[in-house]
Amino acid sequence: MSRTILVFAERRDGQLRRVAFEALGAARRLAGEDGAVHAVLAGSGVAAEDAAALQARGADVVHIADDPSLKDYAPEAYLAALGAAMDAVRPDALLLGHTGVGRDLAPRVAAAYGAGHIADVTAIEASSGDDIGFIRPLYAGKAFERRSFAPGRPWVVTVRPNNLPPAEPADAGARGGGSAQALAYAPPPLLTAVRGVLRRASGQLDLAEADVVVSGGRGVRSAAGFEPLRALADALGGAVGASRAACDAGYCDYALQIGQTGKVVTPQLYIACGISGAIQHLAGMSQSRTIIAINKDPDAPIFGVADYGIVGDLFEVVPLLTAEVLRVRSS
Amino acid sequence: MLKIVVLLKQTFDTEEKITVTPQGVDERDAKFVINPYDEYALEEGIRLKEKLGGEVIVVTCGEERAQEALRTALAVGADEAVRVDAAGLPDDSFAIAEALAAVIKPLAPDLLLAGLFAVDTGSGSVALQVAERLGLPHASAALKLTVGSAAELGLTRPAEAQRYALVERDAEGDTETVALPLPALVTAQQGLNEPRYPSLPGIMKAKRKPLRTVDLSELGLSAAARTVRTALFPPPPRAAGKRIAGSPAEQAAELVKLLQSEAKVL
Repeated sequence: MSRTILVFAERRDGQLRRVAFEALGAARRLAGEDGAVHAVLAGSGVAAEDAAALQARGADVVHIADDPSLKDYAPEAYLAALGAAMDAVRPDALLLGHTGVGRDLAPRVAAAYGAGHIADVTAIEASSGDDIGFIRPLYAGKAFERRSFAPGRPWVVTVRPNNLPPAEPADAGARGGGSAQALAYAPPPLLTAVRGVLRRASGQLDLAEADVVVSGGRGVRSAAGFEPLRALADALGGAVGASRAACDAGYCDYALQIGQTGKVVTPQLYIACGISGAIQHLAGMSQSRTIIAINKDPDAPIFGVADYGIVGDLFEVVPLLTAEVLRVRSS
Repeated sequence: MLKIVVLLKQTFDTEEKITVTPQGVDERDAKFVINPYDEYALEEGIRLKEKLGGEVIVVTCGEERAQEALRTALAVGADEAVRVDAAGLPDDSFAIAEALAAVIKPLAPDLLLAGLFAVDTGSGSVALQVAERLGLPHASAALKLTVGSAAELGLTRPAEAQRYALVERDAEGDTETVALPLPALVTAQQGLNEPRYPSLPGIMKAKRKPLRTVDLSELGLSAAARTVRTALFPPPPRAAGKRIAGSPAEQAAELVKLLQSEAKVL
């Protein structure tokens, strides 16, 4: 089975996101040996090395829409760019990251092209036949479903960051390097005017893409109580998250909330500090690869999902842990 | 006067455990609520109505139990409710959006509000597909919403529309401010507002408010699914791991050692 796959290679702050390579890796698998993988790069001032990076990892053709109207994220502009790529490539499937932008664009493209949409995919079961299974969480991970597309229509798939193996240079193999070309993109009349962006997240890794998440709950006791957690996250090159209890108490912003309401994260390492482990929080983090729980209460439910548990005061343990990590890292 | 339509879904309470059976997710004795993100959308719709005048119509797609969610919405201040009967409707965002768009189109709302996503299926797809079908622009993940004329909102661009929505939206932690002309879809992020609880007089009044049910045949839709569930399974079980004993310093040292040697994440 060979297919033509289009990947939306998302950029953020002028850089290709890792999830773009993860989508590209999935596209290469879905396309099959004789299939074709196209990627669309949209933005203002798109770097040539981004196109080259995609080509080197298995994109046969990179379509570039470089226009001032794509500087900020106005949905109409990005939808027009994606539409131009859809019309040029006429793919069997469009793949995007299940990110703020990807999940904003995918449903509209699906509706516009009569396509089905399978969202937030964490694994793909690709056999040699026609049947492709897309695995995705329900209830934020309290259950999972396998979903397939009905035949005869294009597919739109959004893939969760951090779950699928990224495309590697080896995936391009002997494919001949690929090519890059300008997309026939004409800026549409813009309805959405972006009036300003307040960069609150700069300097902080995106939670969904972080390899390490250090998360605090009610036990952190105050906004200042997050400081030792931040220091540990910095030492590990990770991001800081929080439980609903900590957000509701005003210790931190809702943007950091992890759980069934809030974000679902699947990092390599999740460190829960002063989090009891309410069901709705567990749903948002229990698919992490390795989980550490630090809590004063030996009966806290969080210990039930933790690979390593420390019963103790996070204000004592976390700074010692940070120091130990820094010591090991420097030696 | 604003005509506001709020898309709403009834979901499992987030504190509920989910049990997978061969027949699907076990719904016996489950507590159902309005999807928390839709609650923010509903509250915002009611606040806008209270400020600017107008009406709020809640629209859902669901089985009969979803009536309870609609009654709750009416009790907190919605004026009218419509349920698209899920009987015969496939479990697929494309088909559901098609049915909802068919119901909403004749209502010709000035503002369509919905939650960012539903906490059960978690796709965040239906509301945006409805907007595409109705040709409405959208702004997702609103943290603050103001509706007014271009002059009232201080917009300098030519006034093509009578009214605009000024939206502060969450862009993965950044806050983006966007203006868009009505009619439009705005989806609600957590933190948009603090939803109210139904009052006793509100609950009494809700009993007399119009609630109608529409079925697929009335909409003249074929409801062709684009996607289908082929399996449902529980998450891989997670066994509780090791407790690390000792003084805090010993615990920290032991943990880092285990992360290096055993978990190989350092």
